[in-house]
Amino acid sequence: MSLFNVFNIAGSAMAAQSQRLNVVASNLANADSVASSNGQPYRARQVVFSTLSTATKEAKGVKVAGVIEDKSPMRVVHDPKHPMADAKGYVTLPNVNVVDEMVNMMSASRAYQNSVNLMNTTKALLQKTLTIGQ
Amino acid sequence: MVNAYIGKQKDKTFQEMTMINKLNKTLDFYHKALNVSAARHELLSSNIANADTPNFKARDVDFMKTLQNAMTFNPGNMTTTSSMHMNGDRGFRSIASSELLYRIPQQPSIDGNTVDMDTERMQFINNSIKYDAGLTFINNQFRFVLSAIREGSA
Repeated sequence: MSLFNVFNIAGSAMAAQSQRLNVVASNLANADSVASSNGQPYRARQVVFSTLSTATKEAKGVKVAGVIEDKSPMRVVHDPKHPMADAKGYVTLPNVNVVDEMVNMMSASRAYQNSVNLMNTTKALLQKTLTIGQ
Repeated sequence: MVNAYIGKQKDKTFQEMTMINKLNKTLDFYHKALNVSAARHELLSSNIANADTPNFKARDVDFMKTLQNAMTFNPGNMTTTSSMHMNGDRGFRSIASSELLYRIPQQPSIDGNTVDMDTERMQFINNSIKYDAGLTFINNQFRFVLSAIREGSA
């Protein structure tokens, strides 16, 4: 029954989008972390989506193929009083673009809502299918 | 000889049961329409789910053509020696890859994704309502027969 597979598809999309939301939260929380776990300033992370094969060949779900580190240049600020400043007084700050992250967050939450909507519509259709002939 | 004769008589009585035949035919049509609609529902869900996947190409089917193919689909001729035999029709098979089309993007994006959320949502709602309509039609068919059985009462 192909309608049941919609739950797998929408579910995989929700999982992927929530992971994206998680990464956005990490980026925003660490927007000013001058030292991350490896001692270097925090680098923004981005998720990469790819398709996920499901029971039906043509209909694909979503999976997170990987989380990559943002290669864009770090933010460098002149602040000689900062404890992490180098000899010339420059501090290297994370390359998190807050505007980008907010857009990412909105996009992820809308996509998540869309998946919830898919599930609800499919659930209503399936429930109605069960009442055929009643 | 006698057996053959009885067989013929049986066929005749079966042919006369046109009411059931009609019901079967109508139900068969809606059954296939619902199956095509469900398969399309799945495809559209996949498109919406992959709205942010790079290089994903949105797919869809021509509902009418797929339904026509499903109506004429014959999984192999089954030899029947009586009209009372079933014709071996297994209903709808999954969508053939030749029936799958690519959506032409209205606003192509740089990551190669061709999902246009407005189009997909519109088609999704459209298809859901069609599926719902199919269910209503099937239910009405049963109601008609029930009404005939009860001679119009209740």
